[in-house]
Amino acid sequence: MSMDVTETLDVKGQNCPMPVIKTKGAFETLAAGETLEVVSTDSGSMSDIAGWADSTDGAELLDQQETTDNGEDVYKHYVTKTD
Amino acid sequence: MSTETPSSGTELTADQAAALLDRIDALESEVAALQSEVGDNANKMVIIATKGTLDMAYPPLILASTAAAFGYEVTVFHTFWGLEILHEKNSKNLKLSSVGNPNMPIPNAIAALPGMDRMTTRMMRGKIADNDVASVEELIEVSLESGVDLQACQMTIDLLGYDEADFYDGVTTGVGAASAFQEMQQADIQLLI
Repeated sequence: MSMDVTETLDVKGQNCPMPVIKTKGAFETLAAGETLEVVSTDSGSMSDIAGWADSTDGAELLDQQETTDNGEDVYKHYVTKTD
Repeated sequence: MSTETPSSGTELTADQAAALLDRIDALESEVAALQSEVGDNANKMVIIATKGTLDMAYPPLILASTAAAFGYEVTVFHTFWGLEILHEKNSKNLKLSSVGNPNMPIPNAIAALPGMDRMTTRMMRGKIADNDVASVEELIEVSLESGVDLQACQMTIDLLGYDEADFYDGVTTGVGAASAFQEMQQADIQLLI
């Protein structure tokens, strides 16, 4: 992983709206310049977290990745706090 | 607005210039006051939740907690059967109606038989658990933690014979249509569910 992740939030096994709500909670604890990694199994989190970051001041979505972990689809999101 | 350049014959007197400067000052402070008013107000959403079936408990709770994550100030005003969502005991036992829903895989004539609501509710609860969907109780908890104001309409509390102590801790009681309307007036989004 080339990204410098400060904190990882594991929301695997949780469905809408939990990934976004927990992302917001974890994001609030970040300092400026820090990056949060969110690991989810909810395919809807791809558009939900992108939409949340787009509408949230100080949140910048660096990257989103679709991977597979033990045959399970896993969606990873990287959000940086810009200020 | 005129785009003519003033001719040299129409110079302002000292009094007129002073009056104009005063007017500019007054307008500038008015603009500043309006800007600070707009800037101070967070976005607001108000939902009126009127339904107490298992399926209809989800949309207001999901939207409310999501809007809070978007930085909105959220109020959900629960009235009539919507109170069941906030009722600590009843909220854990919300039911799905199998009658009157054309999407149910069984005909209405059969759906109306005794015990059918219990069966369809059990099927729905099974699906909710299988699909990692949060319970109503969990959504109430995250909504309250995110600062959502969950309100129970006082008139329907009295009408249905409930007690304030029946509701989850953190639920606002003693509110009515006027306070709900006042919040709707100031809100960017108002929904009736």
